[in-house]
Amino acid sequence: MSESQNNQTAFVRTETIPQSPPPFTATGPVKWMRENLFATPANALLSIVAAYLIYLILAATLPWILNGVWNTDSLAECREVLQGESGACFSVLSERWNQLLFGFKYPVEYYWRPALAFVLLGVAAAPVLFFDLPRKMLAFTVIYPFLAFWLIWGGTILAPILAFAGFVAGYVVYSRFVKNSFATGFFGGIVAAFVVWTIGGFLIPEGASDNAMLGAVPSRDLGGFMLNMMLGVTCVSLSVPLGIALALGRQSRMPLIKMICVVFIEFIRGVPLITLLFVASVMLAYFFPPESSVDLFLRVVIMITMFSAAYIAEVIRGGLAALPKGQYEAADSLGLDYAQAMRLIILPQALKISIPGIVNIAVGLFKDTTLVSVISMFDILGMIRGPILASTEWNGVYWELLGFAALLFFVTCYGISQYSQWLERRLATDHR
Amino acid sequence: MATITDPPQGAFRLSMLINDTRYRSLTFQAIALLALIVAFAYLGNNLMSNLRAAGLNIDWGFLGSAAGYDINQTLISYDSQDSNARAAVVGILNTLLVAFLACVTATIFGVIAGVLRLSNNWLVSKLMSWYVEIFRNIPVLIWIVIIFTIMIAVLPGPREFRGDDATASMVMNAFAFTNRGIYIPAPVWGPGSMVVVATFLASVIGVFAYRRYATKLLYDTGKLLPTFLPSLGIFFVPTILMFFIMGQPIGLDLPALKGFNFSGGIKVGGPLIALWFALSIYTGAFIAENVRAGIQAVSKGQTEAAAALGLRPGRVMKLVVLPQALRVIIPPLISQYLNITKNSSLAIAVGYADITATLGGVTLNQTGRAIECVLLLMLFYLTISLAISTVMNVYNNAVKLKER
Amino acid sequence: MKKSVFLGALTLASLGAGVAAAGTLDDVKARGKLNCGVTTGLVGFAAPDANGVWEGFDVAVCRAVAAAVLDDPEAVEFVPTTGKTRFTALASGEIDLLARNTTWTFSRDVDLKFEFVGINYYDGQGFIVPKELGVSSAKELDGATVCIQTGTTTELNLADFFRANNISYEPVPIETNAEGQQQYLAGACDTYTTDASGLAATRATFENPADHAILPEIISKEPLGPLVRHGDNEWADIARWTLNALIAAEELGVTSANMAEMAAGTNNPEVNRLLGTEGNLGEMLGLPADWAQKALAVSGNYGEIFEANIGESSPVGLARGLNAQWTDGGLLYSPPFR
Repeated sequence: MSESQNNQTAFVRTETIPQSPPPFTATGPVKWMRENLFATPANALLSIVAAYLIYLILAATLPWILNGVWNTDSLAECREVLQGESGACFSVLSERWNQLLFGFKYPVEYYWRPALAFVLLGVAAAPVLFFDLPRKMLAFTVIYPFLAFWLIWGGTILAPILAFAGFVAGYVVYSRFVKNSFATGFFGGIVAAFVVWTIGGFLIPEGASDNAMLGAVPSRDLGGFMLNMMLGVTCVSLSVPLGIALALGRQSRMPLIKMICVVFIEFIRGVPLITLLFVASVMLAYFFPPESSVDLFLRVVIMITMFSAAYIAEVIRGGLAALPKGQYEAADSLGLDYAQAMRLIILPQALKISIPGIVNIAVGLFKDTTLVSVISMFDILGMIRGPILASTEWNGVYWELLGFAALLFFVTCYGISQYSQWLERRLATDHR
Repeated sequence: MATITDPPQGAFRLSMLINDTRYRSLTFQAIALLALIVAFAYLGNNLMSNLRAAGLNIDWGFLGSAAGYDINQTLISYDSQDSNARAAVVGILNTLLVAFLACVTATIFGVIAGVLRLSNNWLVSKLMSWYVEIFRNIPVLIWIVIIFTIMIAVLPGPREFRGDDATASMVMNAFAFTNRGIYIPAPVWGPGSMVVVATFLASVIGVFAYRRYATKLLYDTGKLLPTFLPSLGIFFVPTILMFFIMGQPIGLDLPALKGFNFSGGIKVGGPLIALWFALSIYTGAFIAENVRAGIQAVSKGQTEAAAALGLRPGRVMKLVVLPQALRVIIPPLISQYLNITKNSSLAIAVGYADITATLGGVTLNQTGRAIECVLLLMLFYLTISLAISTVMNVYNNAVKLKER
Repeated sequence: MKKSVFLGALTLASLGAGVAAAGTLDDVKARGKLNCGVTTGLVGFAAPDANGVWEGFDVAVCRAVAAAVLDDPEAVEFVPTTGKTRFTALASGEIDLLARNTTWTFSRDVDLKFEFVGINYYDGQGFIVPKELGVSSAKELDGATVCIQTGTTTELNLADFFRANNISYEPVPIETNAEGQQQYLAGACDTYTTDASGLAATRATFENPADHAILPEIISKEPLGPLVRHGDNEWADIARWTLNALIAAEELGVTSANMAEMAAGTNNPEVNRLLGTEGNLGEMLGLPADWAQKALAVSGNYGEIFEANIGESSPVGLARGLNAQWTDGGLLYSPPFR
């Protein structure tokens, strides 16, 4: 029956209809635009407003950038070349780039030194930032601070070598005694290091810096973006150990130590960095022994380090608090003492959790190094607002200079925050 | 057979101070205390001998003596013969003013950007994420300087408003945008204006009362009253009516070019605007991230559950998502407010007369009392910070998840 | 991470180096450098040139002292200071000498415990206005917006001046001369006020200096001079008499051109005493006999320094005015070298 009916049918399709393309409005860019830009009337309005905004920004900046003049000697000449057209006077960058990057007093023939130190910084930081790299590279990281110090400040090579020797001595003593007890090792190491430095201090001949391989540069001559980088890198790397100590102190069961740490952290976090810089510039000198002088760079490093240590301590405290209590109990049940438990079990995990937070603090701190321009240090902003804008040739070139500074900071900070996000994804192993 | 007993409790021996964990903490604390005292004694001694060598002393008398300098923006009356202490109070008020203004606008910017960043609209969300990235990654001091430079270099000077061939003109004859600041009309309170103000306040209370009543009615009887239009009506109508009944007692004082400057109206100084705007737009980028994180922290199940209950999208947001998101948003928001307050000290870069510029700037320079001024300055900021963090703690305790 | 202790050690090392010496003179000699506080940049008085070498009127004083003490005009570390940091820098020993057109006032001398060693420039506070404003006297500035460097005596003078004349103004505080210049040129303030010499120096850097006028009123006395810490009289003497040597040399006609000739001996005993060929003035100061010769050799006598940096032939273009020798009707009057 059914078969006969089938036979009666005039036409039976034996193959499927070829897929017709989706309607024009449901495919390709049109679909994408409908979904992402014009889903609802309100959305469409938003898109149009946003597009107009973008147009305004580009219309104002693009011709200005593309018309840029790169090779004149002064703003007046720039204006002559442009003849009233909108255009940037980038010549200020091509003429003063060295001052913007290195400050106006760093000797020109030594520019390669900070530049090399900067490149090496990448090499030294790599094994710390990326865990996959061979651990042997850490050896260079250990040497780097001394190398960078010598490269940037110059002077006798004996000073950084002596400093390094002190650390080596300290480390040797530490690893010899740490099996006995952490405290003996730790304090023994410190004592050993100081012994080496004191003895070595007498051995370095007077005036060794005068005809050293690298000419000495006083830290007052540092400036420009280099100064920002140096303050940022030095203070962050110094404040991490200090921050760890403060965080542990704040968690401590000893009331006095806890109190000291809490007061210190809350005090520092309660005042703006600029007041701390005032302390460095106008007050700190009174707290050093009479007739000694500690240069401004060092004083600023001390204050900024204290500042960021307080913030880092809070981040690490968060990391410590986030560890399950079981970790502490497990450490206790293994019979580890406090130092061992912290060193081997708690801190490695707590630090791992805190790394993204620490990186955020580091970015914030790096941005805050521009504040030193307020206390008459010539960092990049200080250079712009001071000597460059005051000079007869470049009086009135704001956008190019400020834009350049903003670009440098943006590239650095955006890079670091992208790294931090990558790291966060990388470290988020336990949630999968 | 061995039995486990407590080891014999020997008498206290000195070595227990190092070897026995029960006493060791005492040793450590004693060492710490000693180190602290030594450090303070050392620093204090240095300070004293340095001051003695320089023939200086710590003396707070300068606070009472005449300041001698003028301040361009004061919330309380002040002239150059007033004391340094009063100049400091002027600075404190200015700090609080700019911090308050910046907190309000930063929140607005932040919430808008944070919500829009989650928008389905690709263009808008990209634009907002660029806003956030650009502003977060460039130092606030550079932003302050950039915006101040825009103010100074782009806006016209009062001079350009003058003459027949003026190159600049006022907006609606009421607002003047100059590179010294923005002049806006000021209200003039005529007789009877207090009645209008009182009516206005009463209607604000009325709006709240009406909303409360509507909620109560909803809970008691299930009857849903419209709220939006009536609220709007209560808010505006009585005040406007009263304004005309009393014969328009509140007038406007329009700024006008007179002499070197505009006079009349209210002047919002250029430094204030630069600082205010830079702080809000910079902190707004951070707040946007907090808002986004807060909204994303509310699990999708909550939205879906609310939808399953039949709530409309607006109510889902208002009754379910926002209250939960706020719990996540508010603590970092308050610490952003704290940051704004502390960053307002950068006023010194644009010459806004906040506490850092008066007490920590001019007074310090003129009297040379560096230590005293910096200490007072720190004390002020510390007080503000502690006050704000106390508020934060109270709030955190109030909204803490009540676990039962 | 490892750097912390290292920097600590550096601190210790620098402390150790400092503690040994006693007086400023010994400090400077031990260090081999004179730390001299100057402005962050004011053309003509102290500003780094394109190569970062400091030059200017105040800088010349620093170099003269360095030459007298260390026999090397280049042995100077110039420390740029702002109005805020200058006094602390000096009081805390960060600098040995402050030559930053600082006004000699009672309270700075007595209350802040500094020692002004003399006056190297007699100045007064003036106003600069754009000519298009049509202002010819400072008393017409009622209601004007005034740019002013904070932390200077000018700020107080300004308040006093407007108060005394019963006219109002709006101050715009700025930190450095560069900012003042920027704001003034953009029209954010109607007038900029600072020492008249500073105004002339600033005007010299404008694109069209002729469009700006310096008003005739000088509203204050601003005797500018180098200063040192109170209490170290030996050091103060050296700074004071180096400055006096520059001034006296002009009066006595000793210039960098004829100094070598005069050092051979002249029949003017005061010249001989000044140049160290007669008497033992240098020894009294604790310096070699030819200290003044060295100071003068750097850039000549006061008049030469003035002409080269801020005089009428320089871009700043200041007339000698009050700063002429007393014999020419000015106020410069060096005590005798005897």
